[in-house]
Amino acid sequence: MEGTRVDRRPPETAPPVKGFRRALLLVERVTKETVWDCRMCGQCILHSTGLSCPMRCPKNLRNGPCGGTLQDGSCEVLPEMKCVWVAAWEGSRRLPLWRDHIQHIEPPVDWRLQGTSSWENLVTGRDRQVPEGWSGSSHGSGS
Amino acid sequence: MTDGAPRSHLHRLLQDGEFVVTAELQTSDSADPSRIVELAGTLRGKVDAVNCTDNSSAHAHIAAMAAARLLLDHGVEPVMQLVCRDRNRLALQADLLGAAALGVRNIVCMTGDDVSAGDHPETKPIYDLDSVQLIRTAKIMRDDGTYLSGRALTEPPSFLIGAVENPFAPPLEFRPMRLGTKIEAGAEFVQTQICFNLDKLRVFMARCRELGLLDHVWVLAGVFVPSSAAGARYLRDQVPGLDVPEHVIERMEAVPRDAQRGEGIRLALEIVDEVRQIPGVSGVHLMTINHEEAIPRVVEGAGLVPRPARQM
Repeated sequence: MEGTRVDRRPPETAPPVKGFRRALLLVERVTKETVWDCRMCGQCILHSTGLSCPMRCPKNLRNGPCGGTLQDGSCEVLPEMKCVWVAAWEGSRRLPLWRDHIQHIEPPVDWRLQGTSSWENLVTGRDRQVPEGWSGSSHGSGS
Repeated sequence: MTDGAPRSHLHRLLQDGEFVVTAELQTSDSADPSRIVELAGTLRGKVDAVNCTDNSSAHAHIAAMAAARLLLDHGVEPVMQLVCRDRNRLALQADLLGAAALGVRNIVCMTGDDVSAGDHPETKPIYDLDSVQLIRTAKIMRDDGTYLSGRALTEPPSFLIGAVENPFAPPLEFRPMRLGTKIEAGAEFVQTQICFNLDKLRVFMARCRELGLLDHVWVLAGVFVPSSAAGARYLRDQVPGLDVPEHVIERMEAVPRDAQRGEGIRLALEIVDEVRQIPGVSGVHLMTINHEEAIPRVVEGAGLVPRPARQM
């Protein structure tokens, strides 16, 4: 076996799941699913994407649209839906803050956070953990 | 952008300010390499580099890496495409390293057509990374000599890193800015989606210039050589994100079937001439469907031969 054995459990960044955390998760889920059709990726960037959840994109694109957006602005995969990034662009123009965040490079998704509370991950800083090579990149902020 | 040792033949030509010509290889569904060898013969000396597509239109085809190596063996510089649809970050990095070991020096990173457009719509799409993250990952491997995880590579790859952009699809205003994001991630050249609507391309390029992007990226305009009116209609109706104006279809339909191949070449030549006049366009990327013999005719007709000899 190569290298050191890696602990595959998510890093311990929060106390054990107790009533408060369950309640928080429930509130977040109900609120964000209702308002933004949130997919609970656990690393929310809604403010950077004009309040259009990028995980609704069938390609999970977090850094802008693919080349397949139809001429009328609908999604190539789900033509009955407006392209998530057309909505993101329009939404970002309406935001009083964070307008320029749509240009930020978003790091790769940490799929271990799926289904966890992005609010908790924001407070603990867990949602800002990126792969070491990405954060060590000498070519810009990477965030 | 122009400094530093060239990492590929294509890179050297772009640095020299040469108006470059790339083409897209008709893919192969054969375990016999002769089809690719034959295409290499058609394109050798006529274009500067040839894209090897990665399961284009979400249909399985011969691996881009294998096609790229076959091209190298037959004197053609490959540009290996890599899509995010079919592989997670482990496989993408493995392929980047493997391609480098096989001699591939140009890559183009893209999202990829969705599986719903292909002949295996029931498959599991991956999209672990997006195109911007893949571009950055390739740059990290090349410049930092590590995997995304931070683990060191024994020897880093040396690539010219490319991206794609579609100046013709909504949100039009956002597209130039998004190219800027790709440049920040590490893209050094970009091949555009097929250009028919030149007004939109001019607006896109003007905006890129305003944003200061054209000092940091070489733009190769995508030009399609239609072989028939049916082919043009196919693009309009079946390829998402394309803007095929009605006058293009009408023009192809206006000539008899046996003259449509010639008309397609004339149309492509006019578009090549137009895009050459647009400031910041550094070359053309020629595409066709089952009409590969048209590529050398377009290059010759545009006065772009002879191509500079390949020295690396």
